[in-house]
Amino acid sequence: MTDATQQIGSYEDEAQFGDYVALLKPRVMSLVVFTAAVGVFVAPVSVHPFVAFVAILFIALGGGASGALNMWYDHDIDAVMKRTSRRPVPAGKVTKGEALSIGLWLSGIAVVMLGLAANWVAAGILAFTIFFYAVIYTMWLKRWTPQNIVIGGAAGAFPPMIGWAVATGGVSVESVLMFAIIFMWTPPHFWALALFMNEDYSKAGVPMLTVTHGRRVTRTHILAYATILAPLAVGAAFTSIGGWIYLLAALYLNVRFVFGAYKLWQRDEVQSEADSYAAEKKYFRFSLTYLFASFGALLLQAFWVQGFGMGAW
Amino acid sequence: MAAPQVEHELHTRRFSRNLGVALTLVCFVFIVFGLTYVKITNGGLNQGFDHVVRPELMPLEGAVTEGN
Repeated sequence: MTDATQQIGSYEDEAQFGDYVALLKPRVMSLVVFTAAVGVFVAPVSVHPFVAFVAILFIALGGGASGALNMWYDHDIDAVMKRTSRRPVPAGKVTKGEALSIGLWLSGIAVVMLGLAANWVAAGILAFTIFFYAVIYTMWLKRWTPQNIVIGGAAGAFPPMIGWAVATGGVSVESVLMFAIIFMWTPPHFWALALFMNEDYSKAGVPMLTVTHGRRVTRTHILAYATILAPLAVGAAFTSIGGWIYLLAALYLNVRFVFGAYKLWQRDEVQSEADSYAAEKKYFRFSLTYLFASFGALLLQAFWVQGFGMGAW
Repeated sequence: MAAPQVEHELHTRRFSRNLGVALTLVCFVFIVFGLTYVKITNGGLNQGFDHVVRPELMPLEGAVTEGN
């Protein structure tokens, strides 16, 4: 028989389209879409709606491509960690080679298409973001230093800067501040997760701060980063993208974020284990709300200024 | 006489994959088409020069060209 089915073994674990989509980390992509969209819409230059849609789509695709490259390189530690063990590569649905190939191809397509749709400054920042996440963070920092997510967090902070570049063709203090907000938000967000997922990172040998320096130091670092984040986030209210709507939102969110970090700092391991890390889990969930609400307020502020009718278009 | 149409097991098994790829490609074509349309209609100073005289390349009347 020359039938192709004779040449392949079991098909039970064969990848479906959804498994390839999962390679792109859709949940992370949703954050990229949102922050990139905010970068585009708060910029003082209007962008044609279709160009904006395509640009945001390819920024998200670039983010997804770097996710696929991350899954290719991290297949070994993903298999060990409970949180990531069901990802397509460790689950045996998609091969390492496929993940690498998809990651590389989609990176190229995303960068070229963003350059053609918008401009080459935005495309250049996207290319650097993919390189930063896949090479600097995934291949180098993640397994080497407990500061991995501090520096690696920059990759997640670039999307609003790319969105801003799509509209303006450049970089400015406003886009740097949006970058800084996500950059300083990332460590408290991930360290709060690491506080109650410590075992996963220990098993995988990833030098998370909780593993290398303990939870006490991690709690102090969370408070420090949340405190540095606050003036940056509130400061954005006094730039061209700010205003009273964003200022009120930033004040409320940052007071809560710093106060939450202070409460975590006060807690010890006995208290945390007694309530199964309830406060840490709550802080992690709030950190997500914080980011969406902060950028949502920037968007609302921009629409308020533009009169809700998107008159600039 | 037409050959009997038998659905191969491979097609059934890979239906979601094939459909996904097909839809992705259709979307990509739509995006390229849409972008082309937007770029052309919002292009500002687009000029087509197919066998047409370009006035800005013509020497100005009475101008002295270099070397003379």
